[in-house]
Amino acid sequence: MSCWDTVREYGLRSIGIGERLLPRTDFTLCEHVTLIGSGMIWNLYFGILALFFGFFLANAVALAKASANPWLRKPAEWFIYLFRGSPLFIQFFLAYETFVLLPRAGIDIPLGFTTITVATSWLSKAWAGALIVLFLNTAAYSAEIFYGALRSVPKGDVEAADAYGMSGWSRFRRIIWPTMMRLAWPAYTNEAIFLFHATTLVYFSGFPAFQQRGDSLYYATYFASKTFNPFIAYPVVACYFILLTLILITLFGAVNRRLNRHLPQASRSRIRLRPQIIR
Amino acid sequence: MFASCADPSSLEGLGWLMCYLTSGKHMLFYSSIGIVLLLLLITAPIALAFGFGGAVAARSHFLPLRWFGKAYTSMVRGVPDIIFFLFVPIAMDQGFEWLRHKVKCSDWDQPVWQGNDFVVCPAAKLPLSTSPQWIHETYGFFLAVLAFSIVFGAFAANVIHGAMNAVPRAQMETAEAYGMSHRQAFRRILVPQMWIYALPGLSNLWMILIKATPLLFLLGIRDIVYWARELGGSKTSHFDYPHPDWRLYYFLALLVFYLLMTSVSERVLRRITARLSHGQATLGGEQQRKAAR
Repeated sequence: MSCWDTVREYGLRSIGIGERLLPRTDFTLCEHVTLIGSGMIWNLYFGILALFFGFFLANAVALAKASANPWLRKPAEWFIYLFRGSPLFIQFFLAYETFVLLPRAGIDIPLGFTTITVATSWLSKAWAGALIVLFLNTAAYSAEIFYGALRSVPKGDVEAADAYGMSGWSRFRRIIWPTMMRLAWPAYTNEAIFLFHATTLVYFSGFPAFQQRGDSLYYATYFASKTFNPFIAYPVVACYFILLTLILITLFGAVNRRLNRHLPQASRSRIRLRPQIIR
Repeated sequence: MFASCADPSSLEGLGWLMCYLTSGKHMLFYSSIGIVLLLLLITAPIALAFGFGGAVAARSHFLPLRWFGKAYTSMVRGVPDIIFFLFVPIAMDQGFEWLRHKVKCSDWDQPVWQGNDFVVCPAAKLPLSTSPQWIHETYGFFLAVLAFSIVFGAFAANVIHGAMNAVPRAQMETAEAYGMSHRQAFRRILVPQMWIYALPGLSNLWMILIKATPLLFLLGIRDIVYWARELGGSKTSHFDYPHPDWRLYYFLALLVFYLLMTSVSERVLRRITARLSHGQATLGGEQQRKAAR
């Protein structure tokens, strides 16, 4: 079987297209690269969606934490403390056990004139349940970053906005928020990178891989357990993730340049990779 | 444990719960918290030593050593740490067995890799198949400690390397002006001063290390995650203490345990930072000086 055949059969295996059975004997390097690469689809899916939705929630939570009203501030502080203070691994387990306990048939909500049934079984599947956990988790970590940036918006910027007669929403949208993003961006890039790294935990933490459709590390572990040879499968995943990290740095670096484009060259902040916020 | 627990089926309510929570398996569950703490206490100093070694290697004037240091410090940057946690124990295990195989069975003519199997002679097996269960468990724990130390050593090397660069250049120049050799300046000036710069990063690492301990479960160690799943699963009436699926409550307990661990460490680390800032030429040290006056 040529390598091209392998790609055709296993290239989309992780989302259930192609050959049903995983290779069992005589593993080739091509099979390693193809199947693990197909698993990357799930890593990208979890990472991109959690990052996208998490961004909006993080902004809201950061503003709530900076608010003077304790009814907004306290819940935001607790949310951040809960998700940053506990391991993501435990959060996955906890969420899975919670979702499993929900009644399989769905929850009936009586509305007086009629009863609607909310289906809940999809929550215990990885594509939804794990995504919710990752979404809340990244929102908490990013909210802390955004909150820190919000606190360090220069006083002069806000005073200048006041002098121009801006207030409320327009001051926030045109002065405070762009500066906050600019200050937070290098740290947020790190958060994005480590969120993608964290997606490898999904299939090791309770969520079952339906019909062996798993992420890249799931397939790498499959190969390593079949061949007893960790020296091929794991370096292949590692290469995929190095590539992904480089792409992320390029993309976020482009955004960073745009956020900093009004500043003189010397005072632009560079993105530096710091392993500070792994879960 | 208690005499009243001899016949669990006759118990009700609080008495039942007390007997349930003190059953033999639960005692193992509580002692597995000790395994987590043991891992933290063993790994932290080793990782710090690895990190220090890596940072010194990355500053070395000897080129291959510098390459090694740089490679080690940047190893964790683009690759998820969990890949290392899965890779290092198997790789180390096979490495040790292969070395012992070479030494002990030099007359073995078959290849070590046979198709899908890794075969060494029986005398080279680690641990020996005849050794008791606790040796197997200790060996597994040792491999886990090694994996954690290597990964967190790489993180620590990053932090320490940055901290060494952060010590003001003038301090080193003064040391040279006093006629100290490279080695003396390194030992007497650079190392004592770098800790305050390394501390924020290192305290962050400690928090990350705490939050990485449930990954022990993936390495096949009977840690708290293992016991939470084991004890929480629904028990039929064949068991002494039948109950439905209680895993949710067990994991809630774990969540609270980790939240407590992180918030206690946060408080301790804040104290250490205050102590180390004392008399340092940093903003924190300056604030302390002004407050004391």
